[in-house]
Amino acid sequence: MTGDPNQMTCHEFQAQLADLVGSGEDVESHPHLRDCERCRALLADLQTIAEAARQLLPIEQPKEDLWDRIESAIKRDDAMAKPD
Amino acid sequence: MPRSSAPKQVPIESPPVSQEKAVSLQTVQSNAAAPANRSAEAETLARAQAGDHQAFAQLYSLNKRRIYSLCLRMVSNVAEAEDLTQEAFLQLHRKISTFRGDSAFSTWLHRLAINVVLMHLRKKGLPLMSLDEAMEPTYDDGPGRSFGAPDLSLAGSIDRLALERAVADLPAGYRLVFVLHDVEGYEHNEIASMLECSIGNSKSQLHKARLKLREALRTPTKKEGPK
Repeated sequence: MTGDPNQMTCHEFQAQLADLVGSGEDVESHPHLRDCERCRALLADLQTIAEAARQLLPIEQPKEDLWDRIESAIKRDDAMAKPD
Repeated sequence: MPRSSAPKQVPIESPPVSQEKAVSLQTVQSNAAAPANRSAEAETLARAQAGDHQAFAQLYSLNKRRIYSLCLRMVSNVAEAEDLTQEAFLQLHRKISTFRGDSAFSTWLHRLAINVVLMHLRKKGLPLMSLDEAMEPTYDDGPGRSFGAPDLSLAGSIDRLALERAVADLPAGYRLVFVLHDVEGYEHNEIASMLECSIGNSKSQLHKARLKLREALRTPTKKEGPK
């Protein structure tokens, strides 16, 4: 294993990828990616996934009767909180 | 609020305006930037804090999708997500009077809901971090399965439903970190604090979650494409 970014194997690069991506560094300019199409494709895919995740909207709608359940739970809670 | 202290930051290309006019324009712009319904929401919140049940019901209506979607994505189970949404709003009802406005109400409620989900998962005895299922050596899988092969790449687009399904199928720990970081936008230090793990662990789980998603999302392509 070499510490030199210019001499990294795919294995070494990918082993560091979690830290590189998480550090906020400009991973795309890493020397290993200049000549490695495979790792470039990997990074592009991971970026595509992260980007797609940001587009996921809170579109799921709870069932209509959920409010009734919550309302009942609140009433029970209030009744228990009262000293009577 | 003395007008004389207003900064004279008129853009170079703007037509010259007097300082007083600049201030009034600034006020109009900042008013326009604030959503018109923000004050209505603040009023609803204040009424709910004072015990107005109708106002609380309104807060539920305004926030139910976001909170339910969050719960559903975190636990990947409809019945559990409903129970957790119920618990989150029950907790909200108990604690709403303690909200002091140090952060946006939506941020506060969001965090409250996350705590409800995490507490539930801890009670169930589920580890909040996935044990690494010997996942490290994805790159050791041999040349036939080299996961960076260009012909198997995602080609820059992902179907939303396919992604939702793939996220739901992630191991619980990977899913939590992925949802909190990539979907909800929390930073690693915040996630580490929520999940009581190290920042490095959070980064590592996120990376593995993305690798798993990539594998899952490429599967149809692998089946369709002749090798």
